[in-house]
Amino acid sequence: MANRTYGFDTLQVHAGSQPDPATGARQTPIYQNTAYVFRDADHAAALFNLQELGFIYSRLQNPTVAVLAERVATLEGGVGAVACASGHAAQIMALFPLMRPGLNFVASTRLYGGSVNQFNHAFRHFGWEVRFVDFEDMAAVAAAIDENTRAVFCEAIANPGGYVTDLAAASAVARQAGLPLVVDNTTATPYLCRPFEHGADLVVHSTTKYLCGHATSMGGMVVDSGTFDWTASGKFPALSEPCPSYHGLKFHETFGNLAFTFYGIAVTLRDLGMCQAPMNAFETLIGIETLSLRMDRHCANALKVASWLERHPAVSFVNYAGLPSSPWAERAKRYCPKGCSAIFTFGLKGGYDAGVKLVDSVELFSHLANLGDARSLIIHPASTTHRQLTPEQQAAANAGPEVIRLSIGIEDADDLIADLEQALAASAGAVAAE
Amino acid sequence: MRLPSYSHATLRRILQRTKVIAAVGVSVNPVRPSAYVARYLAQKGYRVIPVNPAYVGQEIGGEPVRASLADIPADLRIDMVDVFRRSSEAGAVVDEALDALGDRGLSTVWMQIGVMDWEAAARAEARGVEVVMNHCPKIEHQRLFNELRIGGFNTGVISSRRS
Repeated sequence: MANRTYGFDTLQVHAGSQPDPATGARQTPIYQNTAYVFRDADHAAALFNLQELGFIYSRLQNPTVAVLAERVATLEGGVGAVACASGHAAQIMALFPLMRPGLNFVASTRLYGGSVNQFNHAFRHFGWEVRFVDFEDMAAVAAAIDENTRAVFCEAIANPGGYVTDLAAASAVARQAGLPLVVDNTTATPYLCRPFEHGADLVVHSTTKYLCGHATSMGGMVVDSGTFDWTASGKFPALSEPCPSYHGLKFHETFGNLAFTFYGIAVTLRDLGMCQAPMNAFETLIGIETLSLRMDRHCANALKVASWLERHPAVSFVNYAGLPSSPWAERAKRYCPKGCSAIFTFGLKGGYDAGVKLVDSVELFSHLANLGDARSLIIHPASTTHRQLTPEQQAAANAGPEVIRLSIGIEDADDLIADLEQALAASAGAVAAE
Repeated sequence: MRLPSYSHATLRRILQRTKVIAAVGVSVNPVRPSAYVARYLAQKGYRVIPVNPAYVGQEIGGEPVRASLADIPADLRIDMVDVFRRSSEAGAVVDEALDALGDRGLSTVWMQIGVMDWEAAARAEARGVEVVMNHCPKIEHQRLFNELRIGGFNTGVISSRRS
């Protein structure tokens, strides 16, 4: 079996998790432990110099967390991955090795609102500038790149807009400029979309969503394709030049295409400290074992609910890339042929007030700010996740005042439709009565 | 750029059959990658013969440093030459290896990460010597024999057997 290429369903159960070498335990044990005993002083010195591999301290590596990282790296087809505390932490981890004060990166306007906030405001404290561009205009993306640009960032299937990014086109622009393309694959998951096959160089995840799948545990992940040449341009000295905190070790020279992953563990996690908890990694590993089964149901349910909503008289539009009416339907067939995930938005003819009434009228849907749960979720972005954005930013993110976002779960689709039907009636009645 | 790739089975076979490695260009500076690759391979049970004219008269890992591959005693069978030299110098090392060791059991020439010479590789393969380029035997050993499990590296190892 040594040379067999295993299928996705096999890898989601097995990758990274051979029987525990210490005990033979078949399920990955939770190593709820902070530090690891050295064999002797020489062993300790070699570990701290990165000359030998071994566990030192759970801020850097932990056996349970390492299994999760290897599993996600394998499912994405990357060479390595670094797990961290959340999707937001993953975005810092992806950019930290590339950026310095005064440098910039170019990002799609169609991003999760929390990412827009992080890029626009928090990253300014680091001196990192974000340049938002509509990725439907690749000439504008290219024009936004200058000599101080270090990355190009987008989401594969954007949250919340039901938008599919043309990853190959974005990759071509990044490649032309000698820059890595960073793709947030949270909404699609590696089961539905494989960004590395379309030219992405790094993938980031909030594993909190579909990978964990049951809304139990926060987590993030940065996956490296291993194909970007960090030494070619001289623009990425953290990876190509001597590292003063490791006796002048050069990461790319020493670790080849594993350089980004080693740097993530040995520098980014060591110094920024956003490590993932072992218990969270365990919960996420259990979730990933059923990823493909859940995603098939999520996608089928989403298509049924979206098709029903599209015919409802109170609904002005449905923005789901899986619908034949979507402007991104053809692109979706190329990038996510098995389905378009289960996050989408729709518009209410009754506007902001109808949106507020709707979220207060559902019974089965949960009104909360998350996505990718086994349960169906509903939110009114303009009054919650996207309320810090300007009206222009809300519109660009497809999160205007009339917009409702759904995250469709794995329940019976007919029950979800019945709940929306009664809530839409209640919402329309309440708005009419005012 | 054309990059070589090798199956896990190929790399595992090479690492399992190899007993004695000549490390060409290895450094005595313990924080250089070549020094700790050699140190790691010695820890894993390989005999590592250091070759570097700059350090003749010194020892690395208890072995005297040799000035060249031709200076290695004839009674010492070298299975693999590991090349820690830049690509532009790799061809000369390969030719020296084939001259000095080609009839003495040499079975593998291994070039480190960033080191490639396709023409030299073809000359070695024509003599029946297997060639690995742009890889590190330490990283591949760690990958194939379960040590990379400390980080989130895609080892490609899928197994329900105890290691």
